[in-house]
Amino acid sequence: MRHWLLVLALLAAPVMADSDLPSARWANEQLPDPRQEAAAKGLMEELRCLVCQGQSIADSDAELAGDMRALVRQRIAAGEKPEAVRAWLIDRYGDWVSYRPPVEPLTWPLWIAPLLLLGAGSLLLRKRFRRRR
Amino acid sequence: MSRLVRFFPLIILLLFVAVVAWRLVMPEDTKIRSRMTGQPVPAFTLAPTADGAPGLSSKNLATGQPRLVNVFASWCVPCIAEAPLLMELKRQGVPIDAIAVRDKPADVAEFLGRHGNPFERIGADPESRVQIALGSSGVPETFIVDGRGIIRYQHMGPIEAGDVPALLREWERAR
Repeated sequence: MRHWLLVLALLAAPVMADSDLPSARWANEQLPDPRQEAAAKGLMEELRCLVCQGQSIADSDAELAGDMRALVRQRIAAGEKPEAVRAWLIDRYGDWVSYRPPVEPLTWPLWIAPLLLLGAGSLLLRKRFRRRR
Repeated sequence: MSRLVRFFPLIILLLFVAVVAWRLVMPEDTKIRSRMTGQPVPAFTLAPTADGAPGLSSKNLATGQPRLVNVFASWCVPCIAEAPLLMELKRQGVPIDAIAVRDKPADVAEFLGRHGNPFERIGADPESRVQIALGSSGVPETFIVDGRGIIRYQHMGPIEAGDVPALLREWERAR
């Protein structure tokens, strides 16, 4: 009996996975200062939602993403630089939370790969055009 | 040489199938662990939520004795599943505080009335601010904070019966 209740509870989870509280004040409301709002928006598009992990917090409807948007707007309205807010979040969730990977030995292949592929592509093209002549 | 080249597409296909099969059998762990483990609890003060239990601040977590901090919510279904195990931990002498995420006092009171109240203090976190400051990415999660207020351990997801010994061991280790 208890097991079945647990199974039922697990099945019910997606339906009841949200709270009853309304969104935080600045989750869906723009800052009055357009420059601050632009800075906040830019950062929100580069922060990853912790719940729906393929989306930015700007795009996500998850409640935690809304609370993160509110946090970003509040901090930027208080005069913090976007990069400081990003660093604060990276301290908590790691580089994973930011869509902009840092340049460090571990990520060098990531940054070099496009250049290498471009080079390989142009070599290939040159060879083909030469053959045709 | 040309014979090897002929098999090249097949080899690529087999590699592709192997990678896909591997990830189907062993899905990626998508848990985002908090980087705050080993760091002091960030300073915060949360108002009480249920009548009776006092609110929670970071100062209450540096009492010379390790404590559990359970991040939960009345609207969170897995939190119901772990409630009896928190009661069990309390029975074994582990002090437990809680952070109620995006919750209403009445709902918290009803939840605790129904599933038991193992908590000494409960802080209300209506905008998930302390949850984010702790590096927690969902409910339920449980942190172990040592007597100096340093986060020692993070358990993600509901506590299951098999997790209790590990939590007790980590709690002992944090002494």
